[in-house]
Amino acid sequence: MGQYLEQPLSWTNGLIFAGAAVALLGIVLFFVMYAIFFQRKILGWMQLRIGPNRVGPWGLFQTVADVFKLLLKEDIIPKKADKALFIIAPVLAFVPSFLVLAVMPFTENWHFADIGGGLLFYLAISSLTVIGVITGGWASNNKYGLIGAMRGAAQMISYEIPLVLSVVGIILMTGSLNLIDIVEKQQSMGVWFAFAQLPAFIIFIIAQLAELGRSPFDLLEAESELISGYHVEYSGFRFAFFMLTEYVYIFAMASLTTVLFLGGWSPMFGLDFIPGIIWFALKMGAIVFFIFWLHATMPRIRIDQLMKLGWKVLIPLALLNIFITAIVKTAFM
Amino acid sequence: MAALYANNYLIVAIFLFLGILLPVGALTFGRLLRPHNPTTVKRETYESGLEPFGSSWVQFNVKYYIFAIMFVIFDVETIFLYPWAVAYDQLGLFALVEMLIFIALLVIGLIYAWKKKVLEWN
Amino acid sequence: MGAGKELRTEEMVLNVGPQHPSTHGVFRLVAKIDGETITEATPVIGYLHRGTEKLGESLNYTQIIPYTDRMDYLAGMTNNYMMVHTVETMMGIEVPERAEYIRVIAMELQRFASHQVWFGTYLLDIGALSPFLFAFKDREKILGLLNELSGARLTFNYMRIGGVKWDVPEGWLDRVKAVVDEMRVSIEGYHQLVSGNQIFLNRVKGIGVVTQEDAINYSLSGVPLRSTGIKWDLRKDMPYSIYDRFTFEVPTQTSGDCYARYVIRMEEMTQSLNIIEQALKQFPQGGEIMGKVPRMIRPPQGEAYTRIEAPRGEIGAYVMSKGKDKPYRIKFRRPSFANLQILPKMLKGASMADMVAILGSIDIVLGEVDG
Repeated sequence: MGQYLEQPLSWTNGLIFAGAAVALLGIVLFFVMYAIFFQRKILGWMQLRIGPNRVGPWGLFQTVADVFKLLLKEDIIPKKADKALFIIAPVLAFVPSFLVLAVMPFTENWHFADIGGGLLFYLAISSLTVIGVITGGWASNNKYGLIGAMRGAAQMISYEIPLVLSVVGIILMTGSLNLIDIVEKQQSMGVWFAFAQLPAFIIFIIAQLAELGRSPFDLLEAESELISGYHVEYSGFRFAFFMLTEYVYIFAMASLTTVLFLGGWSPMFGLDFIPGIIWFALKMGAIVFFIFWLHATMPRIRIDQLMKLGWKVLIPLALLNIFITAIVKTAFM
Repeated sequence: MAALYANNYLIVAIFLFLGILLPVGALTFGRLLRPHNPTTVKRETYESGLEPFGSSWVQFNVKYYIFAIMFVIFDVETIFLYPWAVAYDQLGLFALVEMLIFIALLVIGLIYAWKKKVLEWN
Repeated sequence: MGAGKELRTEEMVLNVGPQHPSTHGVFRLVAKIDGETITEATPVIGYLHRGTEKLGESLNYTQIIPYTDRMDYLAGMTNNYMMVHTVETMMGIEVPERAEYIRVIAMELQRFASHQVWFGTYLLDIGALSPFLFAFKDREKILGLLNELSGARLTFNYMRIGGVKWDVPEGWLDRVKAVVDEMRVSIEGYHQLVSGNQIFLNRVKGIGVVTQEDAINYSLSGVPLRSTGIKWDLRKDMPYSIYDRFTFEVPTQTSGDCYARYVIRMEEMTQSLNIIEQALKQFPQGGEIMGKVPRMIRPPQGEAYTRIEAPRGEIGAYVMSKGKDKPYRIKFRRPSFANLQILPKMLKGASMADMVAILGSIDIVLGEVDG
């Protein structure tokens, strides 16, 4: 993609861009299907079960069957719901989740838009999803949905701040918001930001789990309290789009963590004959596995404790991290 | 360089278009496949198996909105840190001290909110 | 919150249940909530009412036993015992020693299995998935043992007035011993997985506090009573069957919160295993499993109430006999029902998330609440 970006725009190039974007969409959808499948398998193994094993060999087509099932399900819109908002909410939630991938570099050559403010773009766009969540919950005119949406909004916006603050340390060290520059900086330093910016890494991981709404921060769904929170009234393919959004975000967030903290596509242990894209996939897979692993291990935190952790622990820590990074950088310059 | 710039945002536009196309397309296509048979009972709002009392569109507790206001304040302040962090190498010591004052202001704001018990959930 | 005072907030009335994953059956709670804080909660019960007591009036005494299985369906063995114990007391029937040992082993296995279900579902309420599956997988082994003994896995109908229905199968006692050893390892695993988890501790410590005074006034029994520091266990304080022959501890806590109830139940599981081990050691060689029972069971005219310590608290049967083969009136003291009464008081001011933790910590079974 790199070379096409430098050329002036033509119809051919435009079609290449569009084709590549469609290909990425295909990859993401494939990822989502198999991430759900592997989540169920991994959870199964961790819980001494087999997991899905009926559809296809080794249960491999289970999620495919689930997608078709959802496609064939009746789409029920409650009588009391705000119909227009109800219909639009899954789209509002899904669009930003895919849009953020436009700036994600997978290797030095395999990337899409190479925007100067790539990181800012990601953070800005990803925070739009909360609008989809709150619209869906409110439009359902369901009390569980409303509480779930309110919780979701409070949680997602509160953890946005530590997330955004924690990466300032990286920007300070790199001097750029461009995601490719950030990876190249890690290559030239010879150390990942996961180690060079360890406090930021920890804050980022916690805040990212809260942004994704994954265990132990799965309060907006909280099936034992709110049944399933903001999407309780959704059925069929509209529900599927909320689900899809969640997993596309796992893809995006795991990619972003890889790029920011784990050196992106740069090889480990000097094994540079293995292509960068494989390294990227491995590191991203490790993060996705970590997220699923937590799901099998952790109880759910309570909303007031979540807010306390975010505002009283993570934000001061993130500010302190910026402070220290700036001073250390000045002292060594 | 100008071409590069335009190309990048063309890609963003393509992604935006695809992001809208997929749900709209899938839901439109799904209409051909899925049954459509709404009944009164089916379209009732779910509330643990009973008819719900009243509407859920009520004046909801304010503490949720106070967090939203806090978010706007902090997020906007945070955005100022980004250009500073990017241009840090060129700015030197003066900018460092200035930004430390700025962060201190952020911290004071946080402490104020903390003392005012805005950060308490209950 | 100073700024919020002028603003008007509307309360919402929320139905929790009967179709809700955390109400452990068809229980309904009408909660008035302000934001997520519960200002008032009213339990609504009766969705599973089958009229066991009324049914009992038209059945003879042996026929009532299977109905007791279906009250607290997680503790069929103790319920069976509660029923037969009352009739035996009324008629003065001697139960052979071998039968008593079998009963005690079965009841303690049952108590263990019941607490396992509680452990799994409680953690599920709090949002952890895996302990549920671990606990149920281990419980299968105990249900397997009880199945060998009685031919059923849940509704045993095993005890009879004067003894038990079947003698222990060949090699069963050795298998019990093996399972007891396995369960000790399992409990260790539960502790490692859950007991030290900071998120879990934050969710249960200081939540749903019951004072000693309230516990007595609301007639709590079992674990909710012991969690307030009152050492009251009928196996120890009013020994029935052969419980006076075993040494075991009655764990208590003083904080009266959900965590206290968690700690006590976990400890009781270990104590149950201790009792089973002692019972296996003392188990008599040979002997009858049924005492001398008249052909027709007709307790003499009069009334009797006996009570025993079930996994959920004090369960008792009050039987009034007119000298016929059917009771004139039968009444069960159902611990889940009695313990549930304090719920509105505990829920006042709690949050939605605490509601689930508090309700779970009482450990109700809806079959028993509704009778």
